[in-house]
Amino acid sequence: MNPSDRTPALDLDTIHAFGPTRAYQSGARLDAGVVPDALVKTHCCFCGQQCGVQLKVKDNTVIGIEPWYEFPFNHGMLCPKGVKRYLQQSHPDRLVNAWERTGDSSAPGGFRQMTYDAAIARVAAEIDRIQTTHGANAFGILSGASLTTEKTYLMGKFAHMCLRTSNIDYNGRLCMVSAGAGNKKAFGIDRAANPWDDIPGTDVIIVAGANVAECAPITTDYIWQARERGAKVIVVDPRLTPLARTCDLFLPVKPGRDTALFNGILHLMIENDWLDHAFIDQHTVGFDAVAAEVRAWTPQRTAEVTGVAEKSIRQAAEWWGTAQSSFLMHARGIEHHSHGVANVLSTINIVLASGRIGRPHCGYATITGQANGQGGREHGQKCDQLPGGRDLGNPEHRAYVAGVWGMAPEELPQPGVDAYEIIRKIDRGEIKGLLSLCFNSVVSLPDNNFVRQALEKLEFYACIDFFMSETARYAHVVLPGSLQEEDDGTVTQLEGRVIRINKAVDPPGEARQDWKIIQDIAKRLGRSHGLEFAGPREMFDELRVASRGGVNDYSGITYEHVEDLYGVFWPCPDTVPDGVTPVGPRGTPRLFEPGSWNPVARGSGPFYFPDGKARFNPTPHVGPAEDVDAEFPIILTTGRVVSQFLSGNQTRRIGPLVDHYPEPRIEIHPRLATTLGIVDGDWVTAESRRGNCTVRASVVRTIRPDTVFIPYHWGGRKSANQLTISAQDPISKIPEYKVCAVRVRRAEAPPEYAASLEPQQ
Amino acid sequence: MPVPDRYEFFIDPARCIGCQSCLQACAECDTHKGQSMIQLDYVDRESSTQTVPVVCMHCDSPTCAEVCPADAIKRTEDGVVQTARKPRCIACNNCVLACPFGVPKMDTGASLMMKCDMCYDRTSVGLKPMCASVCPSQALMFGTREEIARLRPRSKAGTTLQLGNQTIHTKVNVMVPDTTASHIVDVTAAMYEPAIGHEMLDDIFSEHMDTGE
Repeated sequence: MNPSDRTPALDLDTIHAFGPTRAYQSGARLDAGVVPDALVKTHCCFCGQQCGVQLKVKDNTVIGIEPWYEFPFNHGMLCPKGVKRYLQQSHPDRLVNAWERTGDSSAPGGFRQMTYDAAIARVAAEIDRIQTTHGANAFGILSGASLTTEKTYLMGKFAHMCLRTSNIDYNGRLCMVSAGAGNKKAFGIDRAANPWDDIPGTDVIIVAGANVAECAPITTDYIWQARERGAKVIVVDPRLTPLARTCDLFLPVKPGRDTALFNGILHLMIENDWLDHAFIDQHTVGFDAVAAEVRAWTPQRTAEVTGVAEKSIRQAAEWWGTAQSSFLMHARGIEHHSHGVANVLSTINIVLASGRIGRPHCGYATITGQANGQGGREHGQKCDQLPGGRDLGNPEHRAYVAGVWGMAPEELPQPGVDAYEIIRKIDRGEIKGLLSLCFNSVVSLPDNNFVRQALEKLEFYACIDFFMSETARYAHVVLPGSLQEEDDGTVTQLEGRVIRINKAVDPPGEARQDWKIIQDIAKRLGRSHGLEFAGPREMFDELRVASRGGVNDYSGITYEHVEDLYGVFWPCPDTVPDGVTPVGPRGTPRLFEPGSWNPVARGSGPFYFPDGKARFNPTPHVGPAEDVDAEFPIILTTGRVVSQFLSGNQTRRIGPLVDHYPEPRIEIHPRLATTLGIVDGDWVTAESRRGNCTVRASVVRTIRPDTVFIPYHWGGRKSANQLTISAQDPISKIPEYKVCAVRVRRAEAPPEYAASLEPQQ
Repeated sequence: MPVPDRYEFFIDPARCIGCQSCLQACAECDTHKGQSMIQLDYVDRESSTQTVPVVCMHCDSPTCAEVCPADAIKRTEDGVVQTARKPRCIACNNCVLACPFGVPKMDTGASLMMKCDMCYDRTSVGLKPMCASVCPSQALMFGTREEIARLRPRSKAGTTLQLGNQTIHTKVNVMVPDTTASHIVDVTAAMYEPAIGHEMLDDIFSEHMDTGE
């Protein structure tokens, strides 16, 4: 199909009826004389750092925030999203009842109100009809990693036990899976190896593909603390990010070449014998194969492929190679690739070769993206997973969880497919019904013109959301769900620390907590067995049992310990074999400590394999799925800005955040801009083989001249994901958001949206 | 109750990441809800991601107060320069024009000059100001001199700024590298230094990248 035929409509009617509109402080939120009824200690609803914050509540409205100085991760610090998050509550766009899309063109967006009970009845009837007619797997579920762990557990159980469908996956597929898969291949466990307290006091920090200042702002202070004590900071990024501005060494890697860079660094470590031989011999396997792989990655070849100067590669290898302590962290910049797992493994290889892991100030971590990006990927809403990090394809694991759930193991469905493949199955007509929660797929998935086309083919789509997201507009029934501040539960933040989300206000109107909606659907289906929880605490207590004995063991974690100790780090088993030191109430802040016990190695070593040893994995360099060519000569990379979060369904409704960075801009280096006849502020059209997007230019010297950047938080015609490619990593199935080929030109005229839409719309 | 003597305000622009958390938090302050009293700007966005937060420096001899014809701007005994007294302020804008840091803001609706009062409602009861509480990079920091010396051994705190012929002593500290010879931060001299980073960036993003070679 010609890309120009696939452009999204402006949806003016729907936007007029449902927003996004911008909320600002008003009423009690502006009145300094109002005394709050309560200060509720909880956490931010946005990123994976999960900063502690207190919400000021008055008359069922969150009227502001107060720093929570005692919470040890952030000590009161918050990014602008955390400060202004309260404006999402009591928002004029909030869905307070269910909506049904009738196709009646006189109704806004074709939607008319319906009662909650009628909506539940219709959803249950459609699920039953589709599964009866086309089989259990014809109904799919897309869930999310911003939900509490209790809800993610429930979603997995709902799919696998109630609907018996294989086809459930979650939006961590767009976020955490490359890191998760890499960590499991190398360490046998998927969690940050160290608490953030290990960052200050370390000698060398490598930040690879992580715009820390904008996407994990609080982590900045940890890195600055380390630098104050003399640490060298090395940043790997195609853009000179705010953190990179004052780093000690900046490696401006060409997008899609990270594996080559880390192979080149390991080559120099081997050449100069900057290796911990004792650690490699005693605690790892596979070094020789990796050494053979990197032999060809001479500094000269590495420089040619990565676009990083040879002297910089040598400097990085020397600092990393000779350090006494170190911390390597990475994020989506190296993970969002069709070889994202290899990228992750190439960084782990230089960590293992250094031997600097499992000790104070010797660390490694991915910077988890979503609020519950960690907990949300552990307990059964991934397509191949059961609670406790167990595998749906493993007979022993199936038997254990089926036992907890009171069903026969053979009644559990087989592993399903990833989120994007679910969309493809919808397109092919294999999946005919869908229920989604916490997943704004038409903004967040790559090549989203295809996604939209697929959603239009669904016989029935039910979407649970608190706002009429861009994706909800495609639903036949929209159920009003709950905001984070309207429910209780736990999440697991980026250090692996389980923390408490405390309810501050009630959902408005007919909106319900998401778990109630799911249980109401199950009840209406007549399949409520196992889905009759009275609340999140009951779900958590069952999750503790379901995770017991797994790698992600939560059995020893209680709500009380979580609250009293400012969080508990999993693994936290409630029982260990005789002779093994029990894990304390605080859990396991640091993984892989010498002499530590785990249920896989059972005492043979600190890593989560039967021999207790970590794995080196050879990482041959493979280029991006779509490289530049004469027709599409420029690399497009995508990412975030500090004032917006993910698909923007929440943050594009918060006025002060919209004002900070109102609309997407395309970053272009001045030399490229000159070649293209573009000046700062021009309307510019970027076009890929899949779509095009016209936004204003930001001409800056802080990006590689062969690369342009567009942030992805907007929908419709402003969406960067009209351009991105749906190529995926073969193991993790993460899409390649960070590299595709585009051509760029000065637009002849402003885009149609400029005159008709507000910045956030 | 005054600001506890032991606590001081420190600005460390080298740490600033431009996130505007300080602005957003400033607008949560009870004395000027909905409005931020902080300026945060890029120095030169084309060339750098460098940003600088500007909060009131709380001068010992505040220029804003010195030029006020109505004597509306008061400095507390503990050195906090406050928003103009409403009954006195004539909204003449003298302070807005005269402040060397560009801090006071004229609220034309209220006909009142407003400025940072170091969250007096918070600091006077032992809480940190909103901006320094939330600042993710701690470019804005509120703490003791001992803390800053221990946590930032490579910097030193200065409270004397030179702006042309005017020497200003401030309650707020500016952090400079400990290798800086002078104890005076010469603001105007820095304005004539070449724009930061051009050459270094041209070296990093060198011309061989243009074609992706």
